[in-house]
Order: sequence, then C-alpha cells, then structure tokens
Amino acid sequence: MAATAAAQVKSESSNLLVEFTKEEELTAFREMLMIRRFEEKAGQLYGMGLIGGFCHLYIGQEAVVVGMQTAMKEGDQVITGYRDHGHMLATGMDPKGVMAELTGRQGGYSRGKGGSMHMFSREKNFYGGHGIVGGQVSLGTGLAFANKFRNDDSVSIVYFGDGAANQGQVYESFNMAKLWKLPVVYVVENNRYGMGTAHHRASSTTDFSKRGLSFDIPGEQVDGMDVRAVKAAGDRAIAYARSGQGPYIIEMLTYRYRGHSMSDPAKYRPKEEVQKMRDEHDPIEQVRKRLLDNGWSKEEDLNAIDKEIRVVVNDAADFASSDPEPDPAELWTDILR
Amino acid sequence: MPIEVLMPALSPTMESGKLAKWLKNEGDAVKSGDVLAEIETDKATMEIEAIDDGTLGKILIKDGTEDVAVNTPIAIILVTGEDPSAAIAKSSGNGAAAPAAEKKAEESAPPVAPEKGPAPDKAPSAVAAPPKVEIQPDPEVPEGTEMVHQTVREALRDAMAEEMRRDPDIFLMGEEVAEYQGAYKISQGLLDEFGARRVIDTPITEYGFAGVGVGAALSGLKPIVEFMTWNFAMQAIDHIINSAAKTLYMSGGQMGCPIVFRGPNGAAARVAAQHSQDYTAWYSQVPGLKVIAPYTAADFKGLLKAAIRDPNPVIFLENEILYGQSFDVPKLDDFVLPIGKARIARAGSDVTLVSFSIGMTYALKAAEELAGQGIEAEVIDLRTIRPMDIETVIESVKKTGRCVTVEEGWPQSGVGSEIVAQLMEKAFDYLDAPVLRVTGKDVPMPYAANLEKLALPSVAEVVEAAKAVSYK
Repeated sequence: MAATAAAQVKSESSNLLVEFTKEEELTAFREMLMIRRFEEKAGQLYGMGLIGGFCHLYIGQEAVVVGMQTAMKEGDQVITGYRDHGHMLATGMDPKGVMAELTGRQGGYSRGKGGSMHMFSREKNFYGGHGIVGGQVSLGTGLAFANKFRNDDSVSIVYFGDGAANQGQVYESFNMAKLWKLPVVYVVENNRYGMGTAHHRASSTTDFSKRGLSFDIPGEQVDGMDVRAVKAAGDRAIAYARSGQGPYIIEMLTYRYRGHSMSDPAKYRPKEEVQKMRDEHDPIEQVRKRLLDNGWSKEEDLNAIDKEIRVVVNDAADFASSDPEPDPAELWTDILR
Repeated sequence: MPIEVLMPALSPTMESGKLAKWLKNEGDAVKSGDVLAEIETDKATMEIEAIDDGTLGKILIKDGTEDVAVNTPIAIILVTGEDPSAAIAKSSGNGAAAPAAEKKAEESAPPVAPEKGPAPDKAPSAVAAPPKVEIQPDPEVPEGTEMVHQTVREALRDAMAEEMRRDPDIFLMGEEVAEYQGAYKISQGLLDEFGARRVIDTPITEYGFAGVGVGAALSGLKPIVEFMTWNFAMQAIDHIINSAAKTLYMSGGQMGCPIVFRGPNGAAARVAAQHSQDYTAWYSQVPGLKVIAPYTAADFKGLLKAAIRDPNPVIFLENEILYGQSFDVPKLDDFVLPIGKARIARAGSDVTLVSFSIGMTYALKAAEELAGQGIEAEVIDLRTIRPMDIETVIESVKKTGRCVTVEEGWPQSGVGSEIVAQLMEKAFDYLDAPVLRVTGKDVPMPYAANLEKLALPSVAEVVEAAKAVSYK
C-alpha cells in the first residue's frame, strides 16, 4: 500500500513544474522549515500541557501552502479548516501571535478566544481557521462572491481536506461558484486520511481533482510534496480564476506525518508508510537537496537558516508561555459589535 | 344538474381574492380545461379553468369584485339542455356567498370550507384575522406623523428597497427572490430596480448559500439572505450559528458579520409538521445573534431597516399569515426603530400579557374579551426576542402583579419559559400569582384542520389563563 501511494505521488504532473531559481528555492526552504519547526514546537508545548484541546499539526504538508502562497498576489484571500497553522504562517502572520493563540493567551490573534482551530487575520486576508469540516468551502465561496461583487480582481483560495471533500455543502458551493463564475481556487489537500479513515474507505472515488466534473470545473492532480509543482499549478489555477472563467480545483497529493490531532496515535497505517514518505518525498528535504546539488548553498548555510528559524520559534514559544491569559473581562467582549 | 364554480383557494393562507377578469361570457360554450377567469391574490394573478363541459350559464360575481371569499360560488355551468333559471334558483338558496369581510370576523386561519358541518366555534378560533382592537401609538413615532395603510408584505419590501438605495454594499439573495419576485412576493420589484447583481436567485441549497452569504459578510458586504421559510434554514443552521454568530468572538473582534437572515417563520395554514415550526426560541438562545419577530407592518419596516444596518448577524422572523395584513405605517423618509425595545400595545392595570409576532393576535383579542369581563390587560409586544427588553415586562408586572405569556412555539424551553424564569429572578416580590404560559401544544403540527386548530394557542386559552392568574 505504501508503495502504491508513493507511486501515485510520483507519477502525477511532475512534468508540469517550472524549475525554481536559487532565490525561490531558498525562500521556499525557509518558509517550509519555519512551519516544520513551529509545528514541532507546538507538539512539544502540547505535551507540556501549555496547549489544550485539539491541535492538528501540518508536518509533511508544508509544500502546499508555501507553493500556493507564492502564486498569490496582494488582496487574495485564504480560508481553511482546522489544520491551519501552516496556512497562517504562510500568509505572513506573526508566529508569536499564532503560538500565543495556541496557548490561549491575550497576545494571540484572537486574544485567546479562538484557539488552534479558530484564528483570523484581517490584515493578512486570512479568514480562518474553521472547526466544522467543510464549512470553509461555502464561506470561501462567499469571499469569492464578494470579490466578484466588488469587481476587485482578487481570488479566494479555499483549502480543504480529502475528508471534507465528501461534504454536501462542498458541491452546493461548486455549483454556485461555476454558475456565477466566481474567482475561487479550491485546493483539496489530500493527505489520504480523514481522521483515521483512509480515503479509499470513505470516498467512492479518490481522484478528487475530478470532483468538479459534473459542474464543468477544471481540476488537476498535483504532487503536493514538490513545492515547484504546487507553485506551477497555483499559477495556472489562479490565473484561470482571475481571468473571470470561474472556479478551479487543484488536488494536492500530500501526506501528514503526524496523527490527525495530538491525541491520535495513527495506528491505522504502517510506520513504514510514513517512513517511506519522509525518506523519499519530504518537501523540505527535496529543496535542501537541490540547493546543495546545484551548488547554490552549502550545508552550513542551510544549518544557519535552521538555527535562525529555531530562534524565531523559541521566541514565539517563550512569548506564548509567558504572555498572560486574557483578562476575565474578555469573556464578555466581541459577542456583538 | 347545474354546476357551481367556486372561488378557489390558491395558496395555503388565502382567504379571499379579487375576481379580476372573466375570459368567457354568459352563454359561451366551455370545455374542461378552458380558462374561465383570472383571480388576483395578494401574491399573484392566477387563472381558473373549467373542469366540466357545458355552457357558462350565469356569472354570479362580476369582473373587478374585491374580497371574494374562498368557496363563494362565482358562476354556474349548465350541461347541455339545462335551463339557466334552475341554476339561479339553486345558487340563491346557498348561504355561502357571504362577503368575505363578514366571514372574516369569526374566521379561523385555515381556509377550510365553512359550508358544511357545525358553525365555527367563535371563542377558540381566531388566528389570522387582523384584530379590531386599537394598537397604541408607538412612542418612537413623532406625534402627528402622517400614516399610510400598508400590508406587512409591502412594508418589508419598502424597508429593503430603501436600505438598498442607501447602501450599495447591500444585496438580497435567496430562492426565487429575483425573477419570480419572491415566493411570497416580498421582493416584488426589487430585481427591476436593483438588477441581477444585487438581487440574486440561488439554487435550492440552503446550507451552501447561507455559507456564501456569511463569507461575503465576513469580507464586509451586507447580505440579506432570504429563506423561503425558516423550516428550510435547518439545513443552514450550522452556518447561522457556527459561522455567523461565533466568528466575531472567535476572531477576538476582528471579523464582524453584518448579515440579515429573514423569511417566514412559524405555522402557516394546513402545511403540516415540516412546514409549521416556530424557531424563535431556538435562535434566541444563541449569543452573537439578534432575534427580531415583529407583529405590525410599522414594526416590520422599522426593525428590518435597523436589522440591515446592524453590524451583527440578525435573525428576522416573519410570518406568512401576517404578510397580507394591513397596519398604519408612519410616512417618514427614514423610519428606523431601535432593536431590543418592546412596545406596550395596549395599556392596562390588571394583568400583563406578553407576546410577539402572530402571538399578538391572540393577546390583543383576549385583552378585548377580558375588558368585557372587567379585567384590563396590558399587552406587551416584545418585537425583539434577543436582546430581550425584560425591563418593560418587569415594569408592567410591578403594576399588575400578574403575567401570561403567549406564543405559537412549543412550551419546553420556549420564549415564555425564559420570561417566567427572568420574572422569578427579578420580579418575584411583585408577583401575586404564578406566571402562566399559553403556547403551541407539545406536538408536531398536524394536518387535519380541527387538529391544527387545537395545536395552536387560542384566544380562549389566553382569556382563561389571564383569569386564572387574576383568581377570577
């Protein structure tokens, strides 16, 4: 099974990618590594009891948001489900504010009232962070509706998982998006498991790029572990949506290394499957190898970047551990305007 | 034998209509399927067809007659060889041709055929007909303001149109709101004035389009989302509560959601359990929402305008039976009422009746009956259910010492239950009797006309409860 899955990732659309320049590789490396280190730290803080509730880590899927973000332009919106830390960091949200929200502190993006699954930044056009599976798909379609209503050229990027892809409201939204030619890109992050259920046990068809066919929405499957392939597909999809032709679906074939949430031991899949993905398809290692092979970076340069990132992440963790909890008066604020 | 053509009921709540135009003349041959006449209801113009072959023997109701009650004979069709005089003799012996106005006075909401069976029991019926009682002037309206007589339907349309003229970020979306002009004709004319960009027909997918509306609101637009009825909004309740009501809080105040969800709520008539439910109590429980359920056309207008301007998600509960009823509406350029303020609809000193929406019809009629028995009831129209103006209720109870709540919704955890609890907490010492609730019965809404009537509250029940708390 592991071999099949790996082959699936390998076989698709690798010829559609565009090689990165040295600068692009370095940026991708830095941003993906930031998400990786941030999530590792979040896992650690969860273990220490500093983060409570549900905490869904993005480790393994970093190339998806980093590649997509480089294809976007100022004003484009991002909305996703509850596995959202990577998306927030990719949009440029401050790791301190994100981590402090995870620990439920006053300096968090939602002043400690949203937590891991519910975080927002109007400034960065990040519309959450939604805890109900599939809810963001209709909401993100509404963002696209607003873009078209205002005729403002922005595109809404809507992320959801293979699990959410079976939700009824996804298809209600596809229908309206195509009917009204809304500028929206649906990014299905197919990490092969909806919680503990493998996608082939939950989905009658597992090629999610074809889920828009009956609405005449184009779709493509992309190697979501290769940031270059993601960027190239994002460019195509966003250009299509921005040109007024309507929605576009990208299925990102990706993988999460950790369980569904911190409390999931992930016993539903063999350890070897995870190890094989890490060894052969890790999104960050792929970039590191190219940087080294092309002679663009030396081992110590990349280690230095890693060190810088660890400083940023440790600072965020320190802030998130020491920042006070919200004032009790916050209980009663932000209910109505 | 001559065949009577009766005024048809063309919707669940239609009680009468206008005979707009005869398309056949007396003496014309008619075949089954021929269009005989056009009937105007408050929602649409409909054609009626012959269902028998013969000759149009006699037209009993002339072109242009208004307020023709359902089931009134409007014409006689003669089968071949019949004498027209026989037809006339038959129809004159039938009492069903009473004008609608007379019939209305003692009519119950469901347009059941009143021709046969026992005469309607006067006391416990009376749902739909507008009360004859005077409603006190609203202190929000300046004295001497000119009034126009308007239906609730027209008031709602005017409120939306006025707000849409004022603010280009407002748009209306929902099923049949645009080209069909509204399933209940609330959005009549809006497509013509504002165009398809701002008056948007949606597919029949409540969950999806409610989410689209909320998403648009999060980005700063001001959607009015019409549900054809609130029954269908159950499919969208996730977005109403999880996305619209909670996002401001979950975002630490960053993401406001200026949206109005509106449509008819509660029982219509004879549409049974899945189409007859009052959601007032459901939504009134949710922090982050405002919930409005007016009764008069003036309140519908002033509060819908306020709801559209409000930066929060607002649940605006209308009532199909009230749509066609007329009230005085202030003729003001910009009539906006405050959300969260109850209105004393009738002043009284002996007992407080608290209600809202169509519940007010029972409360006001009961107050009239009680006055006849020497009990002066003060009737409070809550208008807004969340935030609830409990202060106005408490002030009244301080005066009367007695209270009865009236609503069509179910008893358990209802709006009445909330009022009872709040009075216990805040006005216990002023009460001279336990507070009683008159509610819809604790059953799904039945279809049969007699059972439906039993399932709804009645004026008699309100009178009885008011007398009970008055120990009379």
